[in-house]
Amino acid sequence: LSNPADHSSLSGRRAGAVDSDRPLLLTPGQDLAGFVGNLAGRGFLFAITFASVLAVLLIFIFIGAEAIPFFAEVNVTEFFRTTEWYPTHEPAEWGGLALLLGSLYVTLIAVVIAVPIGLLAAVFLSDIVSFKLRQIIKPVIEILAAIPSVAVGFFAFLVVAPWLQNTLGMDTGANALNAGVLLAVMAMPTIVSIAEDSLTAIGRELREGAYALGSTRAEMLLKVVIPAAGSGIIAAIILGVMRAVGETMLVLMAAGNASQIPHPWWDLTQSVRTMTGTIAFEMGEAPHGGTHYHCLFAVGLILLVITFALNLTSEYFLNRSRRKLRGGGK
Amino acid sequence: MKATKWQVVVVLSLAAVLCGASGHIAAQESEDSAVIQMVGSTTVGPIADAYAEYFKDKGIKISVTKNGSGDGAKALVDGLCDIADMSRFMKEKEFKAAVENGVMPVAHVMAMDGVCVIVHPSNPVKALTTEQIRNIYKGEITNWKELGGADQNIVVISRDTNSGTYETFEGLVMNKEKMAGSVEYVASNPHAKARVESTPGAVAYVGLGFVDNKVVALTVDGIAPNRKTIAAGVYPVSRPLFFFTNGYPKLGSKVFTIVTFHLTEEGQKIIEEKGFVPVTSY
Repeated sequence: LSNPADHSSLSGRRAGAVDSDRPLLLTPGQDLAGFVGNLAGRGFLFAITFASVLAVLLIFIFIGAEAIPFFAEVNVTEFFRTTEWYPTHEPAEWGGLALLLGSLYVTLIAVVIAVPIGLLAAVFLSDIVSFKLRQIIKPVIEILAAIPSVAVGFFAFLVVAPWLQNTLGMDTGANALNAGVLLAVMAMPTIVSIAEDSLTAIGRELREGAYALGSTRAEMLLKVVIPAAGSGIIAAIILGVMRAVGETMLVLMAAGNASQIPHPWWDLTQSVRTMTGTIAFEMGEAPHGGTHYHCLFAVGLILLVITFALNLTSEYFLNRSRRKLRGGGK
Repeated sequence: MKATKWQVVVVLSLAAVLCGASGHIAAQESEDSAVIQMVGSTTVGPIADAYAEYFKDKGIKISVTKNGSGDGAKALVDGLCDIADMSRFMKEKEFKAAVENGVMPVAHVMAMDGVCVIVHPSNPVKALTTEQIRNIYKGEITNWKELGGADQNIVVISRDTNSGTYETFEGLVMNKEKMAGSVEYVASNPHAKARVESTPGAVAYVGLGFVDNKVVALTVDGIAPNRKTIAAGVYPVSRPLFFFTNGYPKLGSKVFTIVTFHLTEEGQKIIEEKGFVPVTSY
């Protein structure tokens, strides 16, 4: 310290490192520039973030505003209770029950197929298969999700439908079963991927703890890991369901689009029409501002409400699973 | 406090930008385009495509969109296309909307089309009356044996209600009566044909241009659908095909060349190649 040379070299280094040349007091101009720059940066980022929120809000407002006149123009109980869907006929009839049930049919078929298979596949990937093989299988399953639905639709239309007719002897191959099975294929990657993530997130401690208490692998999976990942698995299922409810192109090509409730109700080889398919089919012709136009928006609003409710539910379960895991699990 | 004030400013400026952008788009659309926009019927679509191909080397660029006649009419009314391809005449509603928008629709009949009722080649039924077809679509006849065919359920397939083919069929065959709920709907002529091709019990209807040897077009009321019967207008389910323009096009303009192309030999050749019937043959 007594050496002046040492001291000067120290102060020189410090000046380079932390820029102590900068005065602590800013001139009013610099102060203003900093203030404006801060605001501009914040504003820019805020605008970008807000734009996406705004888009969602506008979608809700737009669909809501276009749908509301329908409820004034048409007897709504009739919409929910009859199946006579003749929007272009004179006089028009607005029985939407077949559309609602059509969506329900194909979605339920997809769920019944995709959920068990998807969950078993997820358990297999997270706990049974070797890590090396998992690293191959999981991306392959996820690629399934990237196949455009119109391609799956063409497959349903040109391959599955004739096969159902010629091999299984169904009258028509464009039916609820065809659409449901292929929807299951499309919903599966979502279910596998998210369920597998939540099973993996359970962690080693729980699994080893279960083994240490004398569990077999089956007991460990069924009594410890799967219950612990329950919330995540439910979220995975709900996201899969949302995929199925909202799918349009595939059901347009595979479901046959007959506005009817299968009779008898369990006959899945009959053609059904979904809400999404109806909107896609008829929006082009519906005169702007007419009852048909408002009606299709009302159908869209119903779909939006369904997916929104499902989304909130899955969000709830995902949060719950995160909370549970933070708390060390049960 | 400061932040909220800025949030308001940002929201307002964003809204202003959005409004400005939409105004800008509207201004662009009304300009005369270098590319001729043809929008409308899936039936007229193949002709429009062939026109586009033919005129590509002749200095006229054509863009073809095929969404159904209703879309064509709407696009013309909104000034979004130069030529609306339509397989039916404009509806009164569409005409009114056009006039209110300052658009004067002018029809150019460029070809005739027959809507053929098609069945699978293995089906022994080869002829039906209009009434029988109507009853099939109304769901009153559900088995081919009622029509002298095999004991097989009829799979009834219709085009979507958005299509001109549907409207022609509904007008000429259905007498405005409702189709049954069990009728299946497909989105295009090739889809309808593909379904009949692969479904032994199916019946559907498509434009004459889409009939090939993989399906059988039924004789209706004793008259087989072919060029002669359709051009003469004696086949019960035949219709003219239209181009609609806003006013009569300026003589010698690109649009004029396109809407009069069916009068030339090349134009007629294209129309015939696509399976339609030139109007000049009657």
